Amino acid sequence: MITSDNLTKAYKGNTVLSIAHLEIPKGQSFGLVGNNGAGKTTYFSLLLDLIKPTSGHINNNDIQVHESEDWKPFTSAFIDESFLIGYLTPEEYFYFIGDLRGQNKADVDGLISKFEDFFHDEILGQKKYLRDLSKGNQKKAGIVATMIGNPEVIILDEPFANLDPTTQIRLKQIIKQLTENRDVTVLISSHDLMHVTDVCERIVVLEKGEIVKDLKTSEATLKELEAHFSSTATSTI
Amino acid sequence: MALYMIGSLLVTGIFMFKAIQNFFPDTDPIIVVNNYLIYWILFELLFRYFMQKLPVLNIKPLLALPISRSNIANFVLFKSTLSFFNVLPLFWIIPFSINLIIEGYPVLNVLAWVLALIGLILSVNFLNFLINKKNAVFYTVLLVLVGAIALEYFDVFKFSHIFGELFNYLYDRPILAAIPLLLAGILYRINYKYLKNNLFLDASLKTKTQEISTQDLSWTRRFGEIAPFLQLDLKLIWRNKRPKMTVYLSLALILYGLYFYTNAKMLEMPIILLFAGIFMTGMFLSNFGQFIPAWDSSYYSMMMAQNIPMRKYLESKAGLITFSVVILFLLTIPYVYFGWNVLAINAAAALYNIGVNIPLLLWITSFNKKRVDLEKSPMMNYQGMGAAQWIFVLPFLGLPALIFGLTALISSSVIGVALLALLGILGILFRNTLFNKITELYKRKKYAMVAGFNEKQ
Repeated sequence: MITSDNLTKAYKGNTVLSIAHLEIPKGQSFGLVGNNGAGKTTYFSLLLDLIKPTSGHINNNDIQVHESEDWKPFTSAFIDESFLIGYLTPEEYFYFIGDLRGQNKADVDGLISKFEDFFHDEILGQKKYLRDLSKGNQKKAGIVATMIGNPEVIILDEPFANLDPTTQIRLKQIIKQLTENRDVTVLISSHDLMHVTDVCERIVVLEKGEIVKDLKTSEATLKELEAHFSSTATSTI
Repeated sequence: MALYMIGSLLVTGIFMFKAIQNFFPDTDPIIVVNNYLIYWILFELLFRYFMQKLPVLNIKPLLALPISRSNIANFVLFKSTLSFFNVLPLFWIIPFSINLIIEGYPVLNVLAWVLALIGLILSVNFLNFLINKKNAVFYTVLLVLVGAIALEYFDVFKFSHIFGELFNYLYDRPILAAIPLLLAGILYRINYKYLKNNLFLDASLKTKTQEISTQDLSWTRRFGEIAPFLQLDLKLIWRNKRPKMTVYLSLALILYGLYFYTNAKMLEMPIILLFAGIFMTGMFLSNFGQFIPAWDSSYYSMMMAQNIPMRKYLESKAGLITFSVVILFLLTIPYVYFGWNVLAINAAAALYNIGVNIPLLLWITSFNKKRVDLEKSPMMNYQGMGAAQWIFVLPFLGLPALIFGLTALISSSVIGVALLALLGILGILFRNTLFNKITELYKRKKYAMVAGFNEKQ
């Protein structure tokens, strides 16, 4: 589904991301972990063509993302609050996204009704603009918006951060359901090793822009990740 | 910009005395000034309503420190007295009063008068914070101001005279300067009490959550594919102060025509009329348009990653502006009262704006990469201003004036008007090609825009 080849991104000669080859097959739940500055968000931004690769390219379903806009109809993402429109209510925002993705009001209503549990009565019918919601609630709205219009690729940057424990658990269930039928590819980055091992079948560790580990999730993965990050912690001290 | 304002006020202050003497040779300049002081005060109030906010947000960190609440309240209010807005009027008051003293006015009276004005400035300063808490108060002030000017204009009631008399009375009796100062003190006290009682994170310090207003915008559906964007832009304008101001300003400047058309000399100069036409029908185009796509800067990444072809995005912006030009043109139709040529020129100007200035605008705004924060106060907010904004004025007004002027010089102004209209129509006919080019440009500039808009100042 998503193939990255010879991908690098450098700012003023300073390379922040360098991926020789990375292939993410369709339907995979893919986790990206790494410390701050490891290149996770850079990778996602490249994937969404928000920044231009210094070299190499990413193909999303055989479409080169910085050459064509045709990947947009089947790709959706929530990276940060710049993916929300502050002066809309959550409902208006969902309908707007629905409009963009060819979904009418009823379709959108149908979809978001499935997330009532996840919203926990804090999003819908609040008569508040998105900018006036708390960070956690903004995130909930942003995450659910990515599911509108049956996307094939969903990209979530740090989806667990700012969420309360109950919502984190619910989000994990939602992500698991998404990839259950193997037709939605989900890409997640996270600082929370436990959550990411819970939901992702494959985990890639980035360090200073390079892939240092590519693991198929198993019982031992969490331990291995913890060992990896604690070793970098001790080695830098 | 601040420097420009200081400069112009300074110049005003220095030459005001002489100017008033020239315009009103029979009246004492100080009396003339006193007569209009009340308008200046009301204007200041309106002006500040949009621009000046009590700087409460900066004190959040202080709350957790061992500083008493009354100290914090005093600090905030005191700090507000040193604001730019309070200093600004001094730039005309001081040179003017120096002039007065040079001209031999009694020093004591002049000084007291200056003190009284300072008292008034401070009163306005504190009153503004009270007004800012309630929109109703603002609209009342606005209504009073408009009403008073209207009554004054039609000679029904000389509102300014009463206050003029009061200020003259005050000028004659220096001791009365204490009254405005006292007023400032009282308003300070009210603010202080309010602040002290509300210095909690959840009360007044919290930025007001706006009450939401949902509108039914289903009528935009008839615009087809650009409808969702149109709806979004309408909400953008309606729910955010700064873009909303551009609408008010555009509507208000329609009245500018009166200034041109009631002047017989100007009415005979087609180039001035053309100027007015481009200006009035293109006010929204330039005011709102110059910040395309920066209005969307806080969610530009999303717009670029979402399922939105760039072309459609730009078309919807052009659609909105075309709509505005048409509306503004319709509003200028009553000016036909001043002659058919006015209507013809305005129609040509509207066509030219739609056909030529809109593509031109989009071309120039592709250089925008400065963030505009919608939530920031709207006036005198030069955030998002870059070279693109300044370059725009030249071709926007200058080019049509040049084309028209040259044609009028060679042949006649009728041909000039026809030529502009023709250019507009050509622009509309070739819109497709023009938009293809502009879309390419926007695609190329996309990365720079995303990066620029994400940069918070």
